[in-house]
Amino acid sequence: MFDIAIQSLRNRALTATLAVIAIAMSVALILSVDKIRRDARASFLQTVSGTDLIVGARSGSVQLLLYSVFRMGSATNNVSWESIEDLKSRKAVDWLVPLSLGDSHRGYRVLGTSQEYFQYYKYGNKRDLEFAQGSMFDDVFDAVLGSEVAKQLQYSLGQSIVVAHGTGSVGIVEHENQPFTVSGILAPTGTPVDQTVHVSLEGIEAMHVDWQSGMQVPGEGTDADTIRQMDLSPNAVTAALIGLKSRGSVFREQRAVNTYRQEPLLAILPGVAMQELWALVRVFENALLVVSSFVLLAGLVNLVSVLFAGLNERRREMAILRASGARPGHIFRLLCAESALLSAVGICIGVLVHYLVVGLVSVWAQARFGIDLSPTLPGMRDLLILLLVFMSGVAVGCLPAWRAYRQSVSDGMAQRL
Amino acid sequence: MAKADNIIDLDDVRFAYPAQQDLTLNIKHLSLAAGERVFLYGPSGSGKSTLLSVIAAILKPDAGSVQVNGTDVHALNGAASDQFRADNIGLVFQQFNLLPFMSVVDNVTLPCRFSSTRRDAVLSSASTLRAEAERLLTAMQLPEALFKSRKSIQLSVGQQQRVAVARALIGQPPLLIADEPTSSLDTQARVAFLELLFAELDRSQSGLLFVSHDESLKSLFDRSISLAEINHATA
Repeated sequence: MFDIAIQSLRNRALTATLAVIAIAMSVALILSVDKIRRDARASFLQTVSGTDLIVGARSGSVQLLLYSVFRMGSATNNVSWESIEDLKSRKAVDWLVPLSLGDSHRGYRVLGTSQEYFQYYKYGNKRDLEFAQGSMFDDVFDAVLGSEVAKQLQYSLGQSIVVAHGTGSVGIVEHENQPFTVSGILAPTGTPVDQTVHVSLEGIEAMHVDWQSGMQVPGEGTDADTIRQMDLSPNAVTAALIGLKSRGSVFREQRAVNTYRQEPLLAILPGVAMQELWALVRVFENALLVVSSFVLLAGLVNLVSVLFAGLNERRREMAILRASGARPGHIFRLLCAESALLSAVGICIGVLVHYLVVGLVSVWAQARFGIDLSPTLPGMRDLLILLLVFMSGVAVGCLPAWRAYRQSVSDGMAQRL
Repeated sequence: MAKADNIIDLDDVRFAYPAQQDLTLNIKHLSLAAGERVFLYGPSGSGKSTLLSVIAAILKPDAGSVQVNGTDVHALNGAASDQFRADNIGLVFQQFNLLPFMSVVDNVTLPCRFSSTRRDAVLSSASTLRAEAERLLTAMQLPEALFKSRKSIQLSVGQQQRVAVARALIGQPPLLIADEPTSSLDTQARVAFLELLFAELDRSQSGLLFVSHDESLKSLFDRSISLAEINHATA
């Protein structure tokens, strides 16, 4: 029956094209929306990767994750430098990157860290931080900007910036005497790194030289060169990222940190905490799912209406077929073959459009949102979606088929056409 | 199936459309011998199409027996009656007989898709379905250029009707039913059409039930029946 279906469809190229477009659109949309949903989730869960443990003062795991990785909220307490040194010297520990938070620059968090940060901090699928311009901080008063910071504030290399104490954006006392110089700007990552101003731990100490108990000591202030001569090793940091020599020791090391005697500390596995956090934003994910389903539904309704619209002009065709000996089953199969054909072509075009769109958008999405949207081979889930679309297409095609069958019987010999 | 002397035998057939009180058909007896050409005439509304639907096993009578080629079509279930029709009856309508998107030859061979009986009958005498279709079309005096062309939509009404006859006759079904096939043709074309039809019937030995309201044609047939006389349903 396929050849008849094809010939008949060719005869009604316009309506058939409309039906194919309807299906192709919904297939492309549902695949794209679903891909964005999954990739956004993956990007989120991989905000930090390659880090085995995050250590901070004892609080909740989500809270520690929020302030250490997402730069949200603030730490309840600091971790003393002695503890950091102690942890770093542990046998299982490969590397340790200290994080010191608490200052800001025009609404963007300032992160004091070591140079190893740029070596060990990874995101996404173990991707390294890359410099769009310049290089990492070298001097006490050097700063490395996240891409978003540089873009929004229109900063360039060599620019002088002033850091404020505290984390608000206005009305806060600023460390005016110790301006920083932009030494590097990072490429976009789609992670909170983009919204961070990175300075060295010494830099954090340096801007607090003339401060005591959160208040500026009256007077001229110490000049930069004098500060450079001072001992700027920190007393405490906010958190630390730890990489282990072997992933197998992660639970032992976690317990070691959690039962640390000298200080109440907390170690979390970023992946686990990230999952916990994602559970909070599930609603967003579900909303996208609902949107996808409605898109699909709209496409199927469209297909039915196109098939039904074609049906009346085809009663004559049905009558001729039946007069030539076609049984209801033949006519039913003919129409099902037709909707199967329309669905199949629509799905193929939809998949092509999807890849085209993803291919075009991926570059922009990576740069703008840091979502890794690169085209991937269809997974099991995509194939299931396509199968579902196909089955629904055939199923809804059966509605007009059933009607056509009924009509061709009741029309009988009398051609009321 | 046993070959009966009569190709059609109707006895005490009554039929009323659902939701209608009056009978549309009430026929004591109607028969058509094998190979016989019968002209059935009557004004519109006299139940011609209904009678044809009953004979073609599309509609089921409320009472009575309908035998076509020795088979009680009344007793067949839906699919079996469709198969029976495909195997035994060629149908020609008043107009719009062809699938416009198919080639002329494909239109003619259409019944062979649905009936292996007729397909086998074609292949027992001709090498291919196409060859038989082209022979029939040539016999119907259609120029070769026309049926070689792809679409049947460019044909004139008279040509379409002749293609429809070729289709109804392919595979030599025992019965041909024609429902006003000439009503859209002019008088001269009607006679020419019938001559071609009869010549091919001589070859296939099929019986013909030809329905028309135009009584001027009835002299050309073996026998003519007035539906008004045999149908007692219409008061």
